[in-house]
Amino acid sequence: MLRIRRAEEAIGEMCETGEVRCPCHLSIGQEAVAAGVSAALLTGDTVWGAHRSHGHYLAQGGSLESLFAEVLGKTTGCSGGRGGSMHLTAPEQGLPGTVPIVAGTIPLAAGAALAYKLRGEKRVAVAFFGDGALDEGSVHETLNLAALYKLPLIFVCENNLYSSHLHWTERRVADNLDQAGAFHSVPGARVDGNAVEDVFEAARQAVGRARSGAGPSFLECRTFRWRGHVGASSDQDVGVHRRGELAEWLEYDPIQRAAEKLNMDLATHCADVDQEIDRALTNARSASAPDAGRIGEHVCAS
Amino acid sequence: MRELSYVQAIHEAHRQAMAADCRVFLIGQGLWSPWYAGGSLEDLDREFGRDRVLDSPVSENAVTGMAVGAALAGMRPIVFHPRLDFLLLAMDPLINQAANWSYLFAGQSSVPLVIRAVINRGGEQGAQHSQALHAMFMHVPGLKTVMPATPADAKGLLLAAIEDPNPVLYIDDRWLYNQTGPVPEEIYRIPIGEAAVRRAGRDVTIVGISWMAAQALEAADVLASQGIDAEVIDLRSLKPWDQTRVLESARKTGRVIVADPGWRTAGAAAEIAATVAAEAFHDLHAPVERVTLPDTPAPSSHAEEQAYYPRPSAIVEAAWRALGRRVGATA
Repeated sequence: MLRIRRAEEAIGEMCETGEVRCPCHLSIGQEAVAAGVSAALLTGDTVWGAHRSHGHYLAQGGSLESLFAEVLGKTTGCSGGRGGSMHLTAPEQGLPGTVPIVAGTIPLAAGAALAYKLRGEKRVAVAFFGDGALDEGSVHETLNLAALYKLPLIFVCENNLYSSHLHWTERRVADNLDQAGAFHSVPGARVDGNAVEDVFEAARQAVGRARSGAGPSFLECRTFRWRGHVGASSDQDVGVHRRGELAEWLEYDPIQRAAEKLNMDLATHCADVDQEIDRALTNARSASAPDAGRIGEHVCAS
Repeated sequence: MRELSYVQAIHEAHRQAMAADCRVFLIGQGLWSPWYAGGSLEDLDREFGRDRVLDSPVSENAVTGMAVGAALAGMRPIVFHPRLDFLLLAMDPLINQAANWSYLFAGQSSVPLVIRAVINRGGEQGAQHSQALHAMFMHVPGLKTVMPATPADAKGLLLAAIEDPNPVLYIDDRWLYNQTGPVPEEIYRIPIGEAAVRRAGRDVTIVGISWMAAQALEAADVLASQGIDAEVIDLRSLKPWDQTRVLESARKTGRVIVADPGWRTAGAAAEIAATVAAEAFHDLHAPVERVTLPDTPAPSSHAEEQAYYPRPSAIVEAAWRALGRRVGATA
């Protein structure tokens, strides 16, 4: 969680200075969801993300240096410098891909789960998405299909209360996202997304259910992003001034809460993490930018 | 060689691919009904089991997305859309996801997926059950598109599409289902991107796509009876398309007609005409002619349908124009 926090703070600074040019959606404040879910998974399981997925990538064990190189547009980036912040991949760590089309990877995660089921493998797939994704029809189609085919799939909704600049009350009439799967017979749970042990426990149960062949689950993890929809600003969402909830949510810092429970000296750990980040960033900065001559490569696989 | 109908050839390709490769599975609408797929998938569910032949709810977006995800997870899915019109509900997984995937991640992974969609028109079905939308897909980098016109190609292109590491849109036309022709019994592939010269000729080149390739052959017979020696090329693949073979023929005859079962504006015929005009300009004796649908949705009533779909006579007239002859004159 601390690695995610400090890495994203570093990326945020580079967004502000203009060193990072690609749009970056930071998950600062939401780290417990990624960390808690990944901790409940095994090698071979897959995690599918969206535009705000630095945390999912790092929680799965994706390389820090490759993440920095990717947002800096370097050839050593995890996506070869082709994706930027919104298109990350770490196939070896069980992260096939993250994409910024809202809800885009939810059916893909279901397809991976179907593949595991057809082959008789005891693997599970996790679809991470925000509360805004529930406004897309494909999620509801996928919930039904996942239930129908009893797929080993976990829907993880990171409800940070906002879809871009729109508060949930401007998009829905009821605060009931944990019930999103109920109509399709997918059991749902509401989880404190800023309590990593709660996320882990809910994910552990859902993963167990999926792996045993009992089918999909839906987790609504309640959390809050400390920064705006895109970029590093903490008081602006795409040019719209944010409401005043941030101060309240800062009191529920998932990292502070975890550190207190663990009786952990955060400053010492932070220094270690920062050293790692400095090394990774130095290497990423010194990597080469792609040659424009490669623009036509990899349109199709051969 | 043994003869099969176009629809039997599609059926055989599915059967052989599923028997040969356990990664191949089918998902989509109407798979357990002989009616939706026009017999092209009949009883595959009995032979291979309903776990591998999934007749899905009408959730085109999520079903196609699942096929993309299964492909990324090592399967070789074939997602079936009994009508091309309904594929429009699955544009995100097809274009944003499948077509971009290899490029986005610099070739670290790709989507070996077949999307099979059927042009199923005529019979007073009207605008939303009749569309030939291939040009929209031809536009998209990273997505291959094939449109077989013969039984042998229907089988060979499907088998090639299944083995291709990329998303391939396979569009078949119900009007071709009863066509018969020689089809090898074994597994074979027709290379994607290769056109076929169906009839050699000196005077004029007719590039036909799908159903219009069959119409082009009929037109060539009429033209032959009038002393005009037409060369007929069946394009077979729209993306990539065989520029080499088309340009060779264009340079030889100097007159090119493109017969396309889709609409006129920004259509497949427009792309081919533009390329021929740019690359073979100095060898052309006449402007490239396009035979297409008019730029209108498909009508429903029989009388309007008769006027809407071009017949071989439209290709014959285009050839006359290219040859500088008055339409209706004898050779």
